[in-house]
Amino acid sequence: MARIGRIARRGFLIGSVAVAGGVAFGAWRYARPLPDPFAGSGERALNPYVLIDAEGVTLVAPRADKGQGARWLQAALIAEELDIDPATARIVPGPVSPTYYNRALIADFLPFAPTDTGWLAETARSAADIPARLLGWQMTGGSSSTADGFDKLREAGAVARETLKEAAARRHGLSRADLNTEDGAVLLPDGRRIPYPDLAVEAAALEPVTDIVLRDRSQWRWLGKPMARADVVAKSTGRQVYGIDLTLPEMLHATVRMAPWGGTVARLDPVAAESLPGVLRVLPIDGGVAVLARDTWSAMRAAAALDVDFAGPDRPGDQDAIWAGLAAAHEAGDIDSRKRDDGDVDAAIGAGDLTAEYRAPFLAHAPMEPMNATVLVADGACTIWAGTQVPDFAVARAAALTGLPETAIRLENQMIGGSFGRRLEIDFIEQAVQVAMAVPGRPVKLTWTREEDFAHDQARPAQIARMRGRVTADGVQALDLTVASPSVIASWFGRVSSAPPGPDVSITTGAWDQPLAIPNFRVTGLRAPETVPVSSWRSVGASTNGFFLGTALDEMFAAGGIDPMEGLLRLCDHEPSRAVLEALRDLSGWTGRQAGPGRGRGVAFCLSFGVPCAEVVEVEETPLGLRLTAAFAVADVGIVLDPVNAEAQLSGGMLFGLGHAMNCELTYRGHRPDQTNYHAHEGLRMHQTPETAVRLLENGPLRGLGEPGVPPAAAALGNAIFAATGQRLREMPFARGVRFA
Amino acid sequence: MQLIVNGQSHDLDADPQMPLLWALRDLLGLTGTKYGCGIAQCGACTVHMDGMAVRACQITLAEVGGEITTIEGLGTPEAPHPVQAAWIAGQVAQCGYCQSGQIMQAAALLSLNAEPDDAAIDAAMSGNLCRCATYPRIRAAIRDAALRMGGV
Repeated sequence: MARIGRIARRGFLIGSVAVAGGVAFGAWRYARPLPDPFAGSGERALNPYVLIDAEGVTLVAPRADKGQGARWLQAALIAEELDIDPATARIVPGPVSPTYYNRALIADFLPFAPTDTGWLAETARSAADIPARLLGWQMTGGSSSTADGFDKLREAGAVARETLKEAAARRHGLSRADLNTEDGAVLLPDGRRIPYPDLAVEAAALEPVTDIVLRDRSQWRWLGKPMARADVVAKSTGRQVYGIDLTLPEMLHATVRMAPWGGTVARLDPVAAESLPGVLRVLPIDGGVAVLARDTWSAMRAAAALDVDFAGPDRPGDQDAIWAGLAAAHEAGDIDSRKRDDGDVDAAIGAGDLTAEYRAPFLAHAPMEPMNATVLVADGACTIWAGTQVPDFAVARAAALTGLPETAIRLENQMIGGSFGRRLEIDFIEQAVQVAMAVPGRPVKLTWTREEDFAHDQARPAQIARMRGRVTADGVQALDLTVASPSVIASWFGRVSSAPPGPDVSITTGAWDQPLAIPNFRVTGLRAPETVPVSSWRSVGASTNGFFLGTALDEMFAAGGIDPMEGLLRLCDHEPSRAVLEALRDLSGWTGRQAGPGRGRGVAFCLSFGVPCAEVVEVEETPLGLRLTAAFAVADVGIVLDPVNAEAQLSGGMLFGLGHAMNCELTYRGHRPDQTNYHAHEGLRMHQTPETAVRLLENGPLRGLGEPGVPPAAAALGNAIFAATGQRLREMPFARGVRFA
Repeated sequence: MQLIVNGQSHDLDADPQMPLLWALRDLLGLTGTKYGCGIAQCGACTVHMDGMAVRACQITLAEVGGEITTIEGLGTPEAPHPVQAAWIAGQVAQCGYCQSGQIMQAAALLSLNAEPDDAAIDAAMSGNLCRCATYPRIRAAIRDAALRMGGV
């Protein structure tokens, strides 16, 4: 927000506190508006999402962009109503403020299935406005940015537009109704154009115009049409500055070597590392050691040369013990949640019915941009430049570490080179703050090595699921699915804030909440003790439950002699989901499991984050191994606001799910994964990428698409491999059981 | 030591063991070349040395034996290289972090093979990791770039 700082110094004070918060956040529902995030800094915003000065229009996009296109889409939502080409506006992430709370995300924490549109569920979701406002979370996650911003960002744009029109009307003695707007200007009846910046000071003196009506989508000029994301040009020419690229005057560089999470430094001899050229200091920080140097490479070289021993925490940290703990959770059967219990599975399932056990491994987020943060501690203030999905947690931790009040902490969110959930963690920011505290007045950029990233990821949890099921020629009669997992919510909250009480519904998300009319259907979550830290990994609980449930259903369809596409359609009791399956059947040219000699097709469905998504994968046997020949996905997001990017998110999510199902796992030894870099955890590469085709439907409620493409992928692939080879894969990664070309 | 980057000569006072990647990023401020793995497993640091695609994390300053071209030198937002133009038209980037390396690798491929088939594209590009899995659009952009370059 350097630009807003400059505005303040120039004295361009526009907008009003009364405008801020109110309209953009629907504050008419509350007695008191939310705080103006620019208040107290001598700055004023016309409203918290739009800033106009003599030089142009700035749109504030408070949800973090980690590649999913959130920054651009937020700007486009504002710009559509503001009547300005988003490509001509400045787009900034904005400061950290409770005013940018995320209502949609909190709504997803409520204990109702996303398909439940009953009175109680709807009432609770709308009441989520209140706890979200109290918590004030400015979080990015849960595929929530689109749903959260759809109304309030357009309202912000509309209020700004009408207030600018009012200012023009007063200047020229006209009625606002006589005026129009176009391309960043108010149009007078005589054809004259007044650019918005010319009206900013006058508009700031007005009460905001709030009697606005949002435009029907038939009038949209940008939304819903192919748009060119502004960041794509920068990202294609090397000009995009990510957090890791930040360069500040007098900046020092640092990296870390950390003990396993919860462990300690047992012994440290800094002499050898400190004697290397370019190294300034070796300094102990909480749970590890930092090296401060003149450049990144010198810091990394010295960190690798550090003479240090770590002690792990007093918890199991070996893979065998972790699997044993998950199996023990099944034996103990202490129920954490049972959110689905239709019919009577115990009466319906008997001896001779199907049973199976499935395993999902730990997985790394390993986004391409290694974790990094730049921090300056100086003159009783702390400035953080970092890409984060949880800026307010980062600010709170920085305040605790520095002893400064939160008002003295400034965080400038950076463009993020991938996250997949990794930047819901703030460990790298905590480390950078500690290093910067040791050299007040000098900015420090802390950059992790890729090896540190693998060693200190908070992985997707390893899980064991067990199923029992009964199928007849008439269809699936009963399914009992039990999933054992450590709690992502407890582990993550325990690190970034404080763990909430109660069950962790994410253990069975993507299973219990599916729109499947199985007469006897039970889904149980068991909580295994925490071993190594675990966290949200793109699509969270649904990433594994999509595999467990999608495979279990396919096993039952196969046993019952039922075509899996037909079987899913027969079970599905949610119209938008049925439409997704029907569209997928057509898109993929589905004619059954078999697709010729040595060729097979698999299908799977998962409704996650409110988005029904179904995928078909085709595989063929080749002399070099199994090859994925095609992959199809259909999803329903309600309204496709950014079609070019939505297609990319759906295709990318599906391929992300496929690559990890094929190739990836973390296996722990002494609290550290055996996999130390990409060579051992590749995800997907070009040569294994199938041709893809995707389609988006608009029958359900408006939802986001960053995650829902992931959950069906693994099951669709495993089911296709079964169709092609007869081999049923119940454990990921599939490369443990088959060979891929 | 002398280093020619994007047509400009630089006199660097640096450890000859420093990888080219870090000299570009930390000493010359050319941050378009990315650090991803440090062990030639991801390709994010791909640059050209006398036109050949190389991993800048694996070449020390002492080993640099030719003129270096980085993503910044390949083209600009105003005047993009045909490969960059194809990447922009195809809206390839999601997070975008790997795309500098992908583009440098693709440009080197097309300079050697003006009409690569799918197998040639796979062979040339499989060392470049994209965690967002933008591969379908990368393939399409390479085909598009081949047309653009053939048409010049």
